[in-house]
Amino acid sequence: MTNVLELLGLAESAELLALSPPGWGGNLLRGLLNSLQIAFGAFGMGLIIGLFGAYGKLYGGPVLRDLLAIYTTVIRAVPELVLILILYYVGTDLINKAATAMGYDRVEISGIVAGIWVLGIVQGAYATEVLRGAIKAVPPGQIEAARAYGMPAFMTMRRVTIPAMMSFATPGLANLWLIATKDTALLAIVGFAELTLETRQAASSTRAYFTFFLAAGALYLLVTLFSGLIFGWIERWARRGQPSLKGGQP
Amino acid sequence: MTSLKSLFVPHRIVMMILFAALVVWCALSLRWDWIPQYAPLAAEGLWTTVWILVVTSILGFALAVPLGLAQAIGPWYLAAPARLFCTIIRGTPLLLQIWLLYYGLGSLFPQFPWIRSSELWPYLRQAWPYAVLALTLSYAGYEGEVMRGAFSGVAKGQLEAAKSFGMPRMTMFRCIWLPQAVRNVLPTLGGETILQLKATPLVATITVLDIYAVSSRVRSDTFIVYEPLLLLALVYMAIAGVITLGFRWFENKVPSAQR
Repeated sequence: MTNVLELLGLAESAELLALSPPGWGGNLLRGLLNSLQIAFGAFGMGLIIGLFGAYGKLYGGPVLRDLLAIYTTVIRAVPELVLILILYYVGTDLINKAATAMGYDRVEISGIVAGIWVLGIVQGAYATEVLRGAIKAVPPGQIEAARAYGMPAFMTMRRVTIPAMMSFATPGLANLWLIATKDTALLAIVGFAELTLETRQAASSTRAYFTFFLAAGALYLLVTLFSGLIFGWIERWARRGQPSLKGGQP
Repeated sequence: MTSLKSLFVPHRIVMMILFAALVVWCALSLRWDWIPQYAPLAAEGLWTTVWILVVTSILGFALAVPLGLAQAIGPWYLAAPARLFCTIIRGTPLLLQIWLLYYGLGSLFPQFPWIRSSELWPYLRQAWPYAVLALTLSYAGYEGEVMRGAFSGVAKGQLEAAKSFGMPRMTMFRCIWLPQAVRNVLPTLGGETILQLKATPLVATITVLDIYAVSSRVRSDTFIVYEPLLLLALVYMAIAGVITLGFRWFENKVPSAQR
């Protein structure tokens, strides 16, 4: 193994990327873990906001619908970087005001919670649109039939709407998940130690820019490709029992 | 266009009054006294944002056409690299790409004396060429994927008709294939251009002075947090609105696709 690396002239890079302290590989992996944690949290929060947002847009009153339209339009027109800064300051300000009002000291907000809150609100706007489209694609007769049987609204959602819309929503949600993983890189700018910031610190202290940035790129790419596999699998599962569009054997 | 009548239903009038009250409150109770001092710098930053957006979108699109073509009809030795390029660009964060080019290439170039003595060196020492390169490649990567679908979406009969008239291949591409492919994806291109606009503030992290960098400077100079950010969000929304209107105008100009 070492001979092969030396033959390729990569021995130095391998040493820099080693997992134990003289190398920086451990830091990169820790950064990746932080990134994934935030991406998972933000994606989950986005799904919850998106589900309620989609229901509000489809079945809500005129005021709620207008408010949700403003939410999705504004979030999708302003750069994520600017939103992250605004939401970050607003969030920390609100929490500190609440804490001082209740007689506590100022609290330090953990980077992970702040990142999930900020990216979750951004993801929610996109998820609202994806899920709204997916719910609209469900044949209305199915939902009407559930209502005609007197199913409560929540049970209709759980048993009819969500399973039926899954196959329409998966491609859009897969895209959203990829956006979530890549948007975590933006948290580097507010100083949160996720993969991109760890990479930059490692690179600037060893001056081996290409080694570290390429390694981080490979890690992101691995996550992307692996997620593609998983989502392909989920989509096949969500489509089970549906006739294939390509024709051929049912 | 939403009709004017639908704008004047009662709840919307109430919402507009509330919004106007909010704007008045913002104008009166927040601090705006820093604007005159920073206006010239902000104009410069706005100009930087706009030209970076326009230049990288045009260059990126020019690069996306061969990328899409290679993936749609190219032989495997062209299609495979094109697909690899698109996968890599779409699979890694743009911030990482910008930093790789700026810090990586930026630390590599000074090691070669012939680069240092070349005519290009004064430009290569600045940050904007790296920003333009990174954003161009990113736009090309996303658009290459869009154009692949666009090229294979043009009806076969159109191309066969052109061929049977004995049209040369370049003329066929220029007059039949490309216009129809672009027409079919105009709405997608508009969306992607707005995404590109939203990617431009990242160049501020490598010291390019765009409108975002100006707002950060105001924030760090005066310790005013919200006002510059709110104004910045408003500026980006205005640019996004202009892009949307521009593409809508262009979509109305070209004959619509088959229904």
